[in-house]
Amino acid sequence: MPLAKRQFDAVVVGAGGAGLRAALQLSEAGLRTAVVTKVFPTRSHTVAAQGGVGAALGNMGADRWEWHMYDTVKGSDWLGDQDAIEYLARKAPEVVIELEHFGMPFDRNEDGTIYQRPFGGHMQNMGAGPAVQRSCCAADRTGHAMLHTLYQRNVRAGTQFFVEWMALDLVLGADGRVLGVTALEMETGDVAVLQARATLFATGGAGRIFAATTNAFINTGDGLGMAARAGFPLEDMEFWQFHPTGVAGAGVLITEGVRGEGGYLLNKGGERFMERYAPNAKDLASRDVVSRAMATEIKEGRGCGPDGDYVLLKLDHLGVEKIEKRLPGIREIAKKFANVDPVKDPIPVVPTVHYQMGGIPTNYLGEVVVPGKGGPNTVVPGFYAAGECACASVHGANRLGTNSLTDLLVFGKAAGETMVRFLEENPGHPELPADAADRTLARIARLEGPGGGESVHEVGRELRRTMQAHAGVFRFPDLLAEGVKRVKEIAERAEHLAIADKSRVFNTARVEALELQNLVEVARATMVSAEARKESRGAHDRSDFHERDDANWLKHTLWYREGDRLAYKPVNLKPLTVESIAPKARVY
Amino acid sequence: MAGEVEMRRLRWRCRRGLLENDLVLARFLDKHGQALEGARLAAFERLIALDDNDLWDLVSGRAECREPGLQEVLAWLRAA
Repeated sequence: MPLAKRQFDAVVVGAGGAGLRAALQLSEAGLRTAVVTKVFPTRSHTVAAQGGVGAALGNMGADRWEWHMYDTVKGSDWLGDQDAIEYLARKAPEVVIELEHFGMPFDRNEDGTIYQRPFGGHMQNMGAGPAVQRSCCAADRTGHAMLHTLYQRNVRAGTQFFVEWMALDLVLGADGRVLGVTALEMETGDVAVLQARATLFATGGAGRIFAATTNAFINTGDGLGMAARAGFPLEDMEFWQFHPTGVAGAGVLITEGVRGEGGYLLNKGGERFMERYAPNAKDLASRDVVSRAMATEIKEGRGCGPDGDYVLLKLDHLGVEKIEKRLPGIREIAKKFANVDPVKDPIPVVPTVHYQMGGIPTNYLGEVVVPGKGGPNTVVPGFYAAGECACASVHGANRLGTNSLTDLLVFGKAAGETMVRFLEENPGHPELPADAADRTLARIARLEGPGGGESVHEVGRELRRTMQAHAGVFRFPDLLAEGVKRVKEIAERAEHLAIADKSRVFNTARVEALELQNLVEVARATMVSAEARKESRGAHDRSDFHERDDANWLKHTLWYREGDRLAYKPVNLKPLTVESIAPKARVY
Repeated sequence: MAGEVEMRRLRWRCRRGLLENDLVLARFLDKHGQALEGARLAAFERLIALDDNDLWDLVSGRAECREPGLQEVLAWLRAA
């Protein structure tokens, strides 16, 4: 059967905030732009971002982008690249104002300026304090409003959407240039080649590798799986942010805004334990500090409940009125998923995987960079990544709250701008290789062939259980070593997945098998990278190497699928225009 | 109940941006998927065509829905 082929100037995979922001840049430049997305764009996981966009607008008091930059470098535990972080902090006000002009319904102050709310880790005066209100929000629907604003703008600009399509593999030219993707149309079951002169991955995170996660079911790391299979490395995959407050047993997020508004954590003795771990910031310390404190309380026997495996988030003292006005929805979440009413009783919470700091290595222009002839950051022609699937790296070892939305706006736009320039300089489509879709078709055929036998459900469950037990918020050397062994066994089993349903139209069993193959790549990268990093930094916390070790480990991990090989590259400590922020102890 | 292809399409459209909706809709389909036909199926399709936050507002009781045709399926969703 001849394979359908469609040509575009640019293909964007993923229709969350980063993909939509990049696509807008491309379409408004008059380029033929396709966006491939598994679900309708406004159902992307960006919709779950409630907290806001961090930007030093200074609407609530003094603020400067240099302070935002400092907080981000410190938050990253100095693993973030300072050129990218400077770019993020400098550009943040511009992309927020731009979004305001696109019609984003931000909350307002009396004087008409954008209201900004407080958020953990954001300070004045290069970390010295006091806290600064820097988060621009639209009630608790910031992500939702952002997706709608950007989607409408894309429709206006003529972006072509391929909804309920799943990208499957990268197409590479003989010279290594990226020429587009293969993709599955769910409605027909057909595979097509979407040829592009420039390809952007904005596929989000892969939190579904863990059993306890706030991520939606769609977050299966498809871009990371595709990149890894094409031979590209994944950067810093050992760093996963555990949100301190997922509802125990469900994963559903309780926003940090609860603590921003005055809620606090208690152990089984009723002690407000964050006062011991972070005497100044207390419950507003950065996420990894709070997660570690919670895990320590639980590990040392001060957890609550029959198994002592969670702590409590108290907010009843805020009063019904404040809870309903400032924290709408929290009451319903607690009732439905934790079976408590927080106006009376505290919510059982546990550190839950929330955000992936690592990803496809890029520079601050959104270009994918890998070790090559031009040094450790050699640009891959035609290949771009932005948002959670990318590692620019602004989040380093730990992301500062509100920087995820800032990231996808700043780097979505930057990648779009870079692609526009690349497309101007590189007119015409290179020849597609004859075997463009062979690897994809062979993978699908293997799922349906006689050689299989492994169940998608069973292998997936084993993967999530293994990641949770062996690469959780606290990491132990014996568990990591065993975890590497197990995850490789699971990867081997995933080579032999079989699906009983071989129908074509909306074959979700096939989609789930293809997603699991992506999850397996991410899990391998995470476990192998985590086992090898013999220090504690940001969200990566080891029991045997409890301190950050800048002499040996101030470097980025690069994991390659082939042979689970690891390489390292230096952290860029040199900002674009300002003085470097030298590493020091990260104390809140 | 809905046809086989229709059920698979529905199951995919229960993949959402919010984990809350993923969890509730998966519980719902396991419990009530077989009973979805005719007016109930149409009601369910209209509910899942909503944006994630609007759907979650209805399911969590934060918003109310006045349309009589949606009440039964919405009540099932709220109980799921």
